[in-house]
Amino acid sequence: MTDATPQRATEPGVARDGPARRGRGGDEGEGMDYLVSLPRRVVTVYLPLLVFLFVLLFPFYWMVITTFKSNEELYDFKDFSPFWVVHPTLHNLHKLFFETHYPIWLWNTMVVSVVATFLSLFCAVCAGYAIERLRFKGSRLVGMAIFLAYLVPPSILFIPLSTMVFSYGLFDSKFALILTYPTFLIPFCTWLLMGYFRSIPYELEECALIDGATRLQILVKIILPLAVPGLISAGIFAFTLSWNEFIYALTFISSTTNKTVPVGVVTELVEGDVYHWGSLMAGALMGSLPVAVLYSFFVEYYVSSMTGAVKE
Amino acid sequence: MAAVDIVGVRKAFGATEVIHGVDIAIADGQFVVLVGPSGCGKSTLLRMLAGLESITDGTISIDGKVVNLVPPKERDIAMVFQNYALYPHMSVFDNMGFSLKLRGAPKAEIDRRVKEAAAILDLDRLLERFPRQLSGGQRQRVAMGRAIVRDPKVFLFDEPLSNLDAKLRVAMRTEIRALHQRLRSTTVYVTHDQIEAMTMADKIVVMHDGRVEQIGEPLELYDRPDNLFVAGFIGSPAMNFLPGRIEAGAGPRFVSDGGVSLPLVAPPGGVGSGIDGRPVVLGVRPEHLHLADEGAAAEVLVVEPTGSEIQVFTKLGGADVMAVFRERHRFRPGDRIRVAPLPGQIHLFDAESGRRLVP
Repeated sequence: MTDATPQRATEPGVARDGPARRGRGGDEGEGMDYLVSLPRRVVTVYLPLLVFLFVLLFPFYWMVITTFKSNEELYDFKDFSPFWVVHPTLHNLHKLFFETHYPIWLWNTMVVSVVATFLSLFCAVCAGYAIERLRFKGSRLVGMAIFLAYLVPPSILFIPLSTMVFSYGLFDSKFALILTYPTFLIPFCTWLLMGYFRSIPYELEECALIDGATRLQILVKIILPLAVPGLISAGIFAFTLSWNEFIYALTFISSTTNKTVPVGVVTELVEGDVYHWGSLMAGALMGSLPVAVLYSFFVEYYVSSMTGAVKE
Repeated sequence: MAAVDIVGVRKAFGATEVIHGVDIAIADGQFVVLVGPSGCGKSTLLRMLAGLESITDGTISIDGKVVNLVPPKERDIAMVFQNYALYPHMSVFDNMGFSLKLRGAPKAEIDRRVKEAAAILDLDRLLERFPRQLSGGQRQRVAMGRAIVRDPKVFLFDEPLSNLDAKLRVAMRTEIRALHQRLRSTTVYVTHDQIEAMTMADKIVVMHDGRVEQIGEPLELYDRPDNLFVAGFIGSPAMNFLPGRIEAGAGPRFVSDGGVSLPLVAPPGGVGSGIDGRPVVLGVRPEHLHLADEGAAAEVLVVEPTGSEIQVFTKLGGADVMAVFRERHRFRPGDRIRVAPLPGQIHLFDAESGRRLVP
């Protein structure tokens, strides 16, 4: 492993202890000391990580190279290696953006995801705060009930929901999705935020109460600013779930111009048994980029909300 | 500033009563310390005073007005919490000015009052910092500053020093006391540390198991504890107790269960008739034991010099007894010494009820 050397150089503790321990014949080191010797580190850390990375990233890689392949290259395994691109082309992207409704699907997905996310976050903040901090009778029960609602699988829930969507006249409109996505987003966000609110010391609220704040002021001026990492990670989750949602979008939307990316790509780029692989992969790639970008911006908040609590 | 009256206050959580009828009168400008072991109900009482807990029975009044149903923000009180409860996302200035801002005070006034309080507490240079950038002592001062800015009727402190190291605790103790002398505001201070109580209070309220054991000035509690609990709780090192009985006669004596016999110097007239054979507990403070030829024999177990004094753990008639001497005796473990209480410095308690028997 060539990358092991610079890594050890940046960790003086490891670099300093390493030879000394080995000098003492030191396989008897304690704790994580077994990571000191390079071969062991390769076997226990880097190799599993590499396998893991390969499994995770290979589909993404496949998606990228297929996007830039021409059809001849794509279907000819004898003259072209399937693992890289020889003559990259933008043909698939061009077809996707100019010969299908893909830009409209992207816009639809964006609108539905953003609105559903904010709607769900608002409800989840109110619900989570009330359940966690207002200590009303039956608050635990309500919390459990919300969680149970999350356990009902969408593949069952879409049947009664579709009846409701029809009777409200929402079928084949963005509202059909904006109003049904919260059925799974709110329970999820509520539970995530409940855990986060719990980590905020109670004294802060009591102190604010004595300082003269109302409940609403406490929520807005004390709790929400402190819960920003939790809000961001709940937001990312909600956004991702809405962005990738398939069943409701497939059921409640019929016209091409109202479709979202996941549904549009699958229904419009597969004609009978003909798969337009190039455009399909281009659609999938373009569809997954916004989420990837979103994650990369907020990854620190996201991690801190999963691992840390509020510190004074 | 205001007087605070607590009358017959009870608190129950469900079926469990934790405060069983407490009466405390706090005069305007007084520094009162509620002290007791953990779980005695002192913090709950303070929270009821602040309006953070409901009152099951009885009344609490501030400045003559019953506040049982008044929400915290209308009670005009300020509270300093054990872990300071500073808002982590606000600067020191914003922390201190938060209550004024909520009340809609003009910006200039907030600015003036925060700066005044900061000057008192030596926080001038820290106003732009965030709580995480402050040391424990500085946070403590910000928490107090937040209370001062509001100029409340009553200050409440909930074990504010217990998160500080020993040295800082002593310094902050003096600081809080000096602050009170300067502001002269009614203060209720909760602690489990009897030294804090002794050094800071105008008046101490000793609580135990949801009841008030004794209320009085620090030295009054030290000199004349009402019962065994107060006697054992106030004073460090703690008072020695010897269970035994009184033998009346020409000169009444105390005879411990271990056979130690001590003359009762004070006239036993107040003890009442029928004292002969009455089971009692004799209490004597370690510093009130002295070496005396006519004293009881004790075996030295452990010697602990602290510099200013020597603490000697002894076995006296089967009971563990500690003595403190200011002279530098050179005792060794195993030595036999004879100790006797100073005249008039013993306390007698009824063995059954634990109540103090006169004297």
